[in-house]
Amino acid sequence: MATTLDPVTAVPALPSVELTAHAGDLFNIDAALTEEERAIRDTVRAFVDEKILPIIGQCYVDGRFPKELIPEMAEMGLLGSSLPEEYGCAGLSSVAYGLIMQELERGDSGIRSFASVQGALVMYPIFAFGSEEQRRTYLPRLAKAELIGCFGLTESDHGSNPSGMTTRAREQADGSWVINGGKMWITNGNMSDIAIVWAKTEDGESDKSIRGFIVHTDTPGFSVKETKGKLSLRASVTSELVFEDVHVAANAVLPNSGGLKSPLMCLTQARYGIAWGVLGAALACFEEAVSYAKNRVMFDRPIGGFQIQQVRLADMLSEIVKGQLVALHLGRLKDAGNFTPVQVSLAKRNNVNIATEAARETRRLLGGNGILAEYAAMRHMANLESVYTYEGTHDVHSLIIGQAITGLNAFK
Amino acid sequence: MKIAVCIKRVPVMEVKFAITADGSRYEETGLKYDINDFDLWAIEAALQLKEKAAAGSVHVVCLGPNAAQEQIRKAMAMGADSGVLLESDARTYDGLTVARALAGELSDGGYDLILFGRVAIDSMNQMTGPMVAELLDLPVVTNVFKLDINGATGRAERVLEGASEVVEFPLPAVLTIDDGLNKERLPSLKGIMAAKKKPLDVKPANLDAPQVTVRSMALPAERSAGRIVGEGAAAVPELVRLLQTEAKVL
Amino acid sequence: MANVLVVAESRAGELRKVAFEAVTAGRKLAELSGGGEVHVVLAGAAGIGAKADVLAAHGADKVLVLEHAGFTQYNPEALAATLAAQLKGGTYGFGLFSATSHGRDLSPRVAAKLGVGLVPDLTGFSVDGGAVVGQHPINNAKVIATLALAGTPTLLSVRPAAFAPAEDARALVIEAITSAVDPSASRVKVIELKQGNTDKIDLNDAPVIVAGGRGLKAADNFKLCEDLAEAFGNAAVGATRAVTDDGWRPHTDQIGQTGRNVSPDLYIAAGISGAIQHLAGMRTSRTIVAINKDKDAPIFKIADYGIVGDVLEVLPVLTAAVKAARAS
Repeated sequence: MATTLDPVTAVPALPSVELTAHAGDLFNIDAALTEEERAIRDTVRAFVDEKILPIIGQCYVDGRFPKELIPEMAEMGLLGSSLPEEYGCAGLSSVAYGLIMQELERGDSGIRSFASVQGALVMYPIFAFGSEEQRRTYLPRLAKAELIGCFGLTESDHGSNPSGMTTRAREQADGSWVINGGKMWITNGNMSDIAIVWAKTEDGESDKSIRGFIVHTDTPGFSVKETKGKLSLRASVTSELVFEDVHVAANAVLPNSGGLKSPLMCLTQARYGIAWGVLGAALACFEEAVSYAKNRVMFDRPIGGFQIQQVRLADMLSEIVKGQLVALHLGRLKDAGNFTPVQVSLAKRNNVNIATEAARETRRLLGGNGILAEYAAMRHMANLESVYTYEGTHDVHSLIIGQAITGLNAFK
Repeated sequence: MKIAVCIKRVPVMEVKFAITADGSRYEETGLKYDINDFDLWAIEAALQLKEKAAAGSVHVVCLGPNAAQEQIRKAMAMGADSGVLLESDARTYDGLTVARALAGELSDGGYDLILFGRVAIDSMNQMTGPMVAELLDLPVVTNVFKLDINGATGRAERVLEGASEVVEFPLPAVLTIDDGLNKERLPSLKGIMAAKKKPLDVKPANLDAPQVTVRSMALPAERSAGRIVGEGAAAVPELVRLLQTEAKVL
Repeated sequence: MANVLVVAESRAGELRKVAFEAVTAGRKLAELSGGGEVHVVLAGAAGIGAKADVLAAHGADKVLVLEHAGFTQYNPEALAATLAAQLKGGTYGFGLFSATSHGRDLSPRVAAKLGVGLVPDLTGFSVDGGAVVGQHPINNAKVIATLALAGTPTLLSVRPAAFAPAEDARALVIEAITSAVDPSASRVKVIELKQGNTDKIDLNDAPVIVAGGRGLKAADNFKLCEDLAEAFGNAAVGATRAVTDDGWRPHTDQIGQTGRNVSPDLYIAAGISGAIQHLAGMRTSRTIVAINKDKDAPIFKIADYGIVGDVLEVLPVLTAAVKAARAS
């Protein structure tokens, strides 16, 4: 890991032994969090409760990302929160970062995606691969949301296989670059001021020549088209980027980026956030399911009294608790500086899967009401299908884990 | 402007309380805690006054168990500068003993304002603020929902039942803050991290023996759900009939 | 045998209903503790003493009239000093206040001056060997605590509407008293009383409350609640926090945990879903009617009678029906 973050001192398994399990926290996972981590979680939760939940259903129906909330999210310090304070960020632990993602996604995957992209896919690469000048120029402004960014890696014909990318950056005699090509499925695209664009700098199949560029979206030749007709992540901006002879200065390149490894490191950061984030969606669904089951009366009693609904709820909670423990342990490993991309693959794959199932089961438990935007379940269910697919599909992560188990590469 | 805010750690009320088998108190296992709502508005009022004056400090005082440090940290994450916990595990319902302990802590502080929430939603005593004012011989205005401080004097509007009063008072003074004055800010992440480094003093509270004692606790009689008379305007005649013949309120 | 000193609350020269409730509660306290007298303090501008007869009609053995221009408005500092002086004299075993905005401002000041405890906001009480043993709602009124206090004197306040005022006539005895301190020297000065609308009945006094929530969709639609209140003739209009936060209704109309606690005979919740914070302020109403389009709204859980439907449609029909019922 090319970070210079302060090593976090080891946190004992249960630093807050006086905390007892309470409703919604059967396994007393709160007690395994530090006081600051809980405070951070609670403040983001309050923000989501007050600002996001009342409007998100309508935003989703309208296909609108609630841009008006960006300044407040920045003010709270939610963007790039685990990067150091000297760049205007909050310098939080990975667990605190994960909890922020969880709470944002309790609101909506689209909101979490916005923060994930800004933090893990725009700010992180500038921090990890950028020059000191680039860090100082961009990170404080990105943290304050004076600049919004997006991340251009995926292409329409190269989703799971980014090394096949066709976007090219040609170095000019004066050291500047000309970029041609296009990117697809780019979150935040239409509202971005800058894009982190990944392009090959040489012809050929090798992914060694892949480098990252900071490209301002108002550069001539840079065009953006919003992806319409989405039935998922409707409260999120998704776009296509097109580069036609986009000319950028020599200092646009991220000097320490090199090879496919660089963008994959970014994705590891983002996937880590997703492993936490989807737990928020799962918890939102679970809480909705519990509340509905206790209040909805059918055959003269609450449907929560029927065995079939109790099994549903028990299954959901079991999977959520396991997912929480996976995410928490992974976060502690990450803070200790010895986590691996395969661990992240396992956490992303497992947690997205269980969240998707929780959303689907909740939708079913809610009966006819489950299809309404007034309830969260179907929105989360549809969102999570995107999350299941992006940042390495469920299947691709299966093969990464499979390779780690067998030593045999399924991709070749 | 030097401001003290007295806050209380109270259970989060969105639960169904249970009474212990001996009927002496409510079950505390499994409860979550937070700063009393009204105290959050008092903190916010203090922070806004400090910010408007672009000078001064906000000091938080809390009487409660050791775990109440978490609530003091939250107040500091919102922006308070320092805090003190008067540590006590007593669950007293005697407002005067609490007021005496707080007054003892506040007496030498040289505060321009001492703010309280109007009422603590656990004890619902609504008396500590004016008692502290009386013990410190300070003017006090309770139930404040509009506030304007101008130098050494203040003007406040306080809530009455269906009316309000405009009140003038000199500083230093004690105010109890009601709903409607402001909306509390959420602590920012940097605020939470900075709060760790702010001074928090913990000392034992000296509580007198209480005069008010708890004999027992019980849950209020449950209201049984009534019935749906019908749907839409068509149900009105039946409703009116029930109000006349059954409920006898019309 | 101990005498009871009751503080009668007035506003703009008129006694409030809570004053009679307090006298009735004071009567009960005197009887439970061995049959002492009930003395009532009535403070106000010159002429307030003319209201003393109604207090006697409710059971005041003596009315202590404190007339001074300095008491035209609520004067907590001078009033607290005067009450403390009265209560210190040994005549009284109990001091009884209304748990109103004024009473809850005044009673703690007096308690602190006397160095005695205070049991507040009682919904009921008994006397046990000299101690007042009273029921006090705690934890958002989700728990009832029974508190005991034996002080010299014992101070308590009673929740509005918890004690129905009862006529229990006594011969009118008036004693003029003076303020213990100069009323014009108070540091805290009330310079204006803003009455919501003097023609309208106060929420705490109204036997019927029509309360509106977000379901009314717009501030203008509160007219429908006002029409219904008018049809009842003895009703007041209240609102939820969401509505007062949005500025649809004045802040002083808010019913709920952070607003007013009411217990009318009839509470009509129009377009109110029944957030916990709202229920905390009205769940003790005698009869609750809920009108809401969402049949799963929590308000139906505590309502005696519910109509599932759009308030904008139901209210005008209900108003007409109430008018007709009252006319017949």
